Amino acid sequence: MSARFAPIVFGSLALLGWEAGLRAFDVPAYVVPSPVAVLASFVADPVGLLVSLASTLAIAFVALTVAALLGAAMAVAMASSRWAQAAIQPWAVALQVTPLPAIAPLIIIWVGDPFAALVVCATIVAFFPLFANTATGLASPPAALQDLFHLYGAGRWQTLRLLRLPAALPYFLSGLRISGGLALVGAVVAELVAGSGGFASGLAYRILEASYRLDMPRMFAALVLLAVAGVAIDHGLAACGRFVLRRWGQS
Amino acid sequence: MAFCDENDDDATTLFFCPNRARSGRSRAPPGMLTLTDVGRRFPGATPGGTEALRDANLLLSAGDFVALLGPSGCGKSTLLRLIAGLDRPDSGQLTWDAGQPPAPGEIGYVFQDATLLPWATTADNVFLPLRLRGESRAQAQPAIAAVLARVGLTGFENARPQQLSGGMRMRVSIARALVTQPRLLLMDEPFAALDEFTRHRLQTDLLALWQGLGCTVVFVTHSIYEAAFLARRVVLMTPRPGRIAREMLSPLQAGANNDADKRLHPDYARFVADIAHAMEAALQ
Repeated sequence: MSARFAPIVFGSLALLGWEAGLRAFDVPAYVVPSPVAVLASFVADPVGLLVSLASTLAIAFVALTVAALLGAAMAVAMASSRWAQAAIQPWAVALQVTPLPAIAPLIIIWVGDPFAALVVCATIVAFFPLFANTATGLASPPAALQDLFHLYGAGRWQTLRLLRLPAALPYFLSGLRISGGLALVGAVVAELVAGSGGFASGLAYRILEASYRLDMPRMFAALVLLAVAGVAIDHGLAACGRFVLRRWGQS
Repeated sequence: MAFCDENDDDATTLFFCPNRARSGRSRAPPGMLTLTDVGRRFPGATPGGTEALRDANLLLSAGDFVALLGPSGCGKSTLLRLIAGLDRPDSGQLTWDAGQPPAPGEIGYVFQDATLLPWATTADNVFLPLRLRGESRAQAQPAIAAVLARVGLTGFENARPQQLSGGMRMRVSIARALVTQPRLLLMDEPFAALDEFTRHRLQTDLLALWQGLGCTVVFVTHSIYEAAFLARRVVLMTPRPGRIAREMLSPLQAGANNDADKRLHPDYARFVADIAHAMEAALQ
């Protein structure tokens, strides 16, 4: 059997065991919801959850785009000057280790507009892998190739365009894949903070709302939706990366 | 042909020039580059750094094929980088007979690895030097096709490096170095990583290329056999500090026996033995 079906087979078996265990020991749904109850809860009101998912995905997508542009631009700036590298590098690391839940309330207050605030939060989380990977890729061409460009009198811009940027492309794409998941996590974490402050939108708000009501099946339905979205983003970005690399002859 | 040493300069200038266009064999060949007491020191662990090269004196004549031969650390690659302008000497000077250092494209450089752009096709890799000086692909196309034909890569224009064998990648690298029609071709152990059959083919082809083009070649190698097979002049170098020990002229006729038979020729065998003895003496 192809390994493609392995996750489906594994997941189905786990769900079966889960359902069987709950029935055998008669566990109440507000402690652990059964898979069937989760599915039923989703089917009962799919639109509410899906609209919330779309709102979360919109934040994650915009954040990923901003992080990609910003990360690549700052990596290029850093690659083009030693001064810029010294100036940028430590701040990028500082940003990476700052815990989002700690600063999210501040950002929400500072930015004002809830959507923009959430995008800023998710961007902070998604930024670093894109920045660090692109910077590594820009520095990756071997010394001999850099010598070759120097020998033929290539300027900084030519070396960047014809050597460093193409060399950085695979690194950037793998950073994009990592950051795709992180943008989603960042969006949800920021929504949790914003949601507890009364901002009613996004999947995280549904999770909060369901947990306040002890509606565990609904909460799990939201979590499953989030997981599915994460897997879809990962696969989508991987396929996108493969396509771009093949197009550029780097597969 | 008699074996020549470095002290009969006047007689040996005859062999320097494969350039058939040149008339009057008694006339000295046009010079190209003179290195005077060139030294290079790299900062390192030891106080004062590592002396990669000390007091190197070398005269490079147009059309010559010079091998820089020696063990690791003898400064042969350092010397090559200095000639290429990729590095600057700490002492001594390089004097170009043209009055100024060569413009980009007048020097071709072949590295130990093929160092191709992995995402670019054969044709695009060869196009690179011309592209860097602003030529369009259409303008460059005849030159690219011609140089690919010269190195035997016609039909592989659209192959990517990872689709080519090591020997073919090196041919692309040589084509890239030749596409600007350089006056000086610098090669840094280009065949060291190739298997013996491929290496022999490329050595034979390189000699044919050199005779066809009439450019000057400086070829760094640590193989006595390779130096004896290729070069008109073999420069022996010794390490710690890197310096030129001695120069030897090839007793073999330029242009003759550039095929595998040359490797069996008694003159070749004797030249190899002479270099080996000289190297041994120099290293003591």
